[in-house]
Amino acid sequence: MLENRLDIRNYMKKLHKLANPGKFYRLSEKILPWSNLLAISLCALGLYLGLFIAPPDYQQGESVRIIYVHVPAATLASFVYAIMAVASAISFIWKNPLGNFIAKSAAPIGAVFTIIAIITGALWGKPTWGTWWIWDARLTSVLILFFLYLGYIAIWQVFEDQNKAAKAAAIIAIVGAINLPIIRFSVDWWNTLHQGASIIRLDGPSIHQDILIPLIFMWLGFLSYLISLLIIRIQSEITLQKIRAIQILISEQK
Amino acid sequence: MKKMLKNLKPKRRRLLFLLSGLFILGISLGLALLALNEQVDLFLTPTSLSEKEIETNKRFKLGGLVQKNSIKKLKDGVTTLFIITDNNMSIDAQFKGVLPNLFREGQGVVAEGKLNSKKIFIANKIFAKHDENYLPPEIADAIKKEGQWKGN
Repeated sequence: MLENRLDIRNYMKKLHKLANPGKFYRLSEKILPWSNLLAISLCALGLYLGLFIAPPDYQQGESVRIIYVHVPAATLASFVYAIMAVASAISFIWKNPLGNFIAKSAAPIGAVFTIIAIITGALWGKPTWGTWWIWDARLTSVLILFFLYLGYIAIWQVFEDQNKAAKAAAIIAIVGAINLPIIRFSVDWWNTLHQGASIIRLDGPSIHQDILIPLIFMWLGFLSYLISLLIIRIQSEITLQKIRAIQILISEQK
Repeated sequence: MKKMLKNLKPKRRRLLFLLSGLFILGISLGLALLALNEQVDLFLTPTSLSEKEIETNKRFKLGGLVQKNSIKKLKDGVTTLFIITDNNMSIDAQFKGVLPNLFREGQGVVAEGKLNSKKIFIANKIFAKHDENYLPPEIADAIKKEGQWKGN
């Protein structure tokens, strides 16, 4: 029992070290070239398979190929928000600056994924449904996700004091996370024009493997791209904070 | 209670604050959505329509499947008659205009319009609903031939 507690303590210490911005910077430097390489190669492979090799759908025809961008963008839009909420919560509870850097860096990426999902969805919706947009539960909850991202980004600009901004932004991020299960289950809880889940289902995916495999490559490619973007943005956020600290030091010495 | 909270470490207090805040917000939002349930639904089904009184000439959306062998074109060439069903109840519908490509018998459909005095649904907008199945055409044909088609 005692040993176990010591183990946990050691483990926590290691985690704490990782949560140190400097450590994070050095570790992420090592990951970055690999995530770049994976992002480029997986997306290239996924696009080639998706646009040239994969068959059309028996009903949608060629417009099914939009899912190779729409589905990764839409799932990662929610995923990035989840990262933001968890990082904010950790930062809020343990007063750790790295969590704030992660959340702050993630927000614009998530916002862009969301807008990509909405635009590609509209492009698919017009030929398939007969409309660019409809106020059903899925589309509306994703639009709310987009506004949550914008609100989160705006909060950082509103406060002069960065500590206050961090606190307010963290609370927005955490409260907004309630929207995530609503997005996920909107198609089950209410009747919507948007179809139900095709990939993560109790009875297995309802997408034929010839269409599913390119989609998985694209998804992993998008994920790698997300990791690269996050690393670059967090690194610059850390650098920015260092510059600020140095500026304060200099102004105090004067 | 107050003393208990004061004795907590700041870390624990912030955690408790977050969790209780989320819990209360989650419950209130859940209740709100439950109360708004019908408003959040995009459309009524023929069954839910039969359970409530809707005055003629009130616009709403009706959704379901296009019943097999129910599509008829009128002689004017632009008016389509069909039946919307949820495999329990069904409603006659009429639409004048260009239909989306996926409007087919056995497929999901959402129609916007109003009931006339003869209880016929006069739609002026039609949205085709796509289901969650994605299949190459040859395989869809093969499954249909074998008679294993589970869908509509």
